[in-house]
Amino acid sequence: MSDLIKQTAAQMAAALADGTTTSVELTQAHLDRIAAVDGAIHAYLHVDGEGALAQAAASDARRSAGTPAGDLDGIPIAVKDVLATQGLPTTCGSKILEGWIPPYDATVVAKLKAAGLPILGKTNMDEFAMGSSTEHSAYGPTHNPWDLDRIPGGSGGGSAAAVAAFEAPFALGTDTGGSIRQPGAVTGTVGVKPTYGGVSRYGLVALANSLDQVGPVTRTVLDSALLHELIGGHDPRDSTSVDAPVPGLVAAATQGADGDLSGLKVGVIKELGGEGYQAGVQQRFQESVDHLVAMGAEVVEVSCPSFVHALAAYYLILPAEASSNLAKFDAMRYGLRVFPEGVDSPSAEEVMRASRDAGFGDEVKRRIILGTYALSSGYYDAYYGQAQKVRTLISRDFEAAFGQADVLLSPTAPTTAFKLGEKLDDPIAMYLNDLATIPANLAGVPGISLPSGLADEDGLPAGVQMLAPALADDRLYRVGAALEVALTEKWGGPLLDRAPDLTGASA
Amino acid sequence: MSTAAEVTLVDFDDVLASYDPAMGLEVHVELNTVTKMFCGCPTEFGAEPNTQVCPTCLGLPGAMPVVNAKAVESAIRIGLALNCEIAEWCRFARKNYFYPDMPKNFQTSQYDEPIAFEGFMDVDIPLEGGGTETFRVEIERAHMEEDTGKSLHVGGATGRIHGADHSLVDYNRAGIPLIEIVTKPIMGSREKAPAIAKAYVAQLRELIVALGVSDARMDQGSIRADVNLSLAPKDQGGLGTRSETKNVNSLRSVERAVRYEMQRHAGILDAGGSILQETRHWHEDTGITTSGREKSDAEDYRYFPEPDLVPVAPSREWVEELRATMPENPTVKKARLQAEWGFTDLEMRDTVGAGAFGLVEETIAAGATPQSARKWWLSDMARRANESGTDIADLGVSPAQVAEVQALVDAKTINDKLARQVFDGLIAGEGTPEEIIAARGLAVVSDDGALGAAVDVAIAANPDVADKIRDGKVAAAGALIGAVMKEMKGQADAARVRELILERLA
Repeated sequence: MSDLIKQTAAQMAAALADGTTTSVELTQAHLDRIAAVDGAIHAYLHVDGEGALAQAAASDARRSAGTPAGDLDGIPIAVKDVLATQGLPTTCGSKILEGWIPPYDATVVAKLKAAGLPILGKTNMDEFAMGSSTEHSAYGPTHNPWDLDRIPGGSGGGSAAAVAAFEAPFALGTDTGGSIRQPGAVTGTVGVKPTYGGVSRYGLVALANSLDQVGPVTRTVLDSALLHELIGGHDPRDSTSVDAPVPGLVAAATQGADGDLSGLKVGVIKELGGEGYQAGVQQRFQESVDHLVAMGAEVVEVSCPSFVHALAAYYLILPAEASSNLAKFDAMRYGLRVFPEGVDSPSAEEVMRASRDAGFGDEVKRRIILGTYALSSGYYDAYYGQAQKVRTLISRDFEAAFGQADVLLSPTAPTTAFKLGEKLDDPIAMYLNDLATIPANLAGVPGISLPSGLADEDGLPAGVQMLAPALADDRLYRVGAALEVALTEKWGGPLLDRAPDLTGASA
Repeated sequence: MSTAAEVTLVDFDDVLASYDPAMGLEVHVELNTVTKMFCGCPTEFGAEPNTQVCPTCLGLPGAMPVVNAKAVESAIRIGLALNCEIAEWCRFARKNYFYPDMPKNFQTSQYDEPIAFEGFMDVDIPLEGGGTETFRVEIERAHMEEDTGKSLHVGGATGRIHGADHSLVDYNRAGIPLIEIVTKPIMGSREKAPAIAKAYVAQLRELIVALGVSDARMDQGSIRADVNLSLAPKDQGGLGTRSETKNVNSLRSVERAVRYEMQRHAGILDAGGSILQETRHWHEDTGITTSGREKSDAEDYRYFPEPDLVPVAPSREWVEELRATMPENPTVKKARLQAEWGFTDLEMRDTVGAGAFGLVEETIAAGATPQSARKWWLSDMARRANESGTDIADLGVSPAQVAEVQALVDAKTINDKLARQVFDGLIAGEGTPEEIIAARGLAVVSDDGALGAAVDVAIAANPDVADKIRDGKVAAAGALIGAVMKEMKGQADAARVRELILERLA
């Protein structure tokens, strides 16, 4: 493996700035890595080598002319396939969008392009971001670089695996109930779900509009801060985006790296731990808490009693919004069109039915049915209405908890990566994986997941999650960077150094 | 599908002897904002299909809506003009159902939180023998929503979906802002039900024109009325099962549709049948309704608040600012304009009674003198409307066109007689007045050469009349003028002809 690709994005930015490497060299190195290992990982649904190299060459030209578009100009990136990319296929992991090439860029993609980041390709995901394992992709699962027989998390398993396997320095993900953070935890990478409204959703193919958020998938806290600052900020095309300046995230990460957390109050969420959480995950979590204490933080236990209802509320709100969002996939204007068998000159309605039947996978159909039911007249108040009330209660729990602590802490996911196929027939078991990440989406608060170490019983990565009040994303970077420094020192280097060498691997 | 043959219509007076009608009117007003409800696409009518579209109004994956502030302003102004309360906080909601011309398969509308609610409109109903009576129509709500695309069914004989080879969809209309104005059930209207329905829509249209928020062209669909009608046994109160007749697109049709549905319902009820709650289609040509889709309580739109939009919360200051821009009270306005125009009470009452008040006002605003505006609408247009059984506002001649034609008369390009032919052309859709004049060769001849020759012919043919004029009996010139006009097929400037005759016979 080329040493070039093992660098962090921040290191690559420095190398580009001082001329020790070029964007073309960097981009080519990643394309080579993709060619070498992606057959085994399957992180990418589409690789755009030609396009990425052309953008890299343009970037190098800007550097030579002394007019780089920004600090990250020339660093290649991977983009989750749920974000619209003009001229590049965007399938959302679904057959129903096979072959669709958007005529426009998502705002975050436009920002990447404007800042000069070559786009390596589009990463795999559970169909329409519904899942926690990437097994619900219509194009086959992604494999965890730590163990190819295991899941890389989901729905953004492709972005996390690409970053963990050095197939990209960093990537964009989206997080509706944990789709950035849980894959981060099980692949030993860093992932951030920004405050709801902190990053534009324009061009993000909505799963659940009131929960979705775009965020960074990286190998370090600082890299997340760099990417988050780039994509964040108000977008007039997204009415729900916050019209306020992005707080200084890179500055917060730099400050946190000093390792002084005196005066900081950390709240450990009582309800997100204990029963159902793997022993090794709990152990690594406790060590992270101890590190924070060692750096001067005060730790308190906080209770969020409504969190026990979060999963139930989430699985009413999400399917309700999704059932409506997915109605537009009707074969009339774009995407898959299937004609019903044995029907002469079928009606538009019959074509819609046949296309949706053929184009959507089982998990998508399951949630469309759930959501349609939850919104139906006579059930609305009992299901959707009730779920919205739970949502309010969860927000109040957060408010109360943030009255006691600056940041809240929990394990990101209850277990390390499970085996491919293990939970495919048990949707509830699959849903339980997002138990700890869902409350942040329901309340709109930001969260980060970073590696807490390897669980003793299986040697696989575990993650620690930190949550902050809305618009206080900078706290996550400060505390995250501090913990990262302490843990990296303990490990004697980045956790990913312990991941298997994938050269010659095959799935 | 039911056909006319199966329907028994009860005589209108007999309907009233046994039943009380209740109506609910839903009027969709297409706003004339420059851009669409939730995106920046233009709204101009008549553009090439699918040229005024973008990711948002096409419902492409990932695209998001942004509320058009001007449309909210128009909605508030309509609400205020209808004496409504304006919501301090309201949301958009998704109305979910599948239809090929609806890009997202949900319509972004408002559900239980309309922008305007609880209003009324006092409607003037013309009385037989002149004068008017006022009837208060209560407004339940006015809410904002987006229009759908438009399907064109190709290959069938009628342009309807049945029998068509294929369908084309034009999404230019998708996302155009609509305000839907819904009345409360209109009770106690009895024999005046058809007239109230028509007068309500007519007055609502005038109000929309006065507000300047819509083109208000029923023939182009920028105002569309749905008529809900039910009958209940006479004097027993309560509401019967209703039918909903969609897209009744002229004032006269509103009246006819109410009358027809009353007669049809009574036929079914008299026979011991029950009314099917359904959508019905109005047929302008045959004056009947036919069954559309059945609309039972089973139809479930699964409304929920639109999560991609933030609530609309118009500040009270803004609402008051908009209230200050309201057009004046209609009664005050009529008195003021009567004085301004110099109309007698009789002229004014005839104008209002003919449903031409707004048309005359608009014609004057477009540059015509009050008397010429009144003359065209109350003589020529009223006669045409009467003859063709059309409402005067639905003739296909706009106030601006009347003013334009009058200007051409004033400029002596045409005369009154030719102007009537121009109106014929306008109604037949032959283009603009200028185009019609050119195509039909209508311009008056004021060229002295051609006129002089005709005058000479007339004098030679009528020597005794010529002698009288030479003797000083100038009034006799009329006969010669008539002869010249006949020769010139009416296309002569009569005043000039008279001058030429008198010059020659001086």
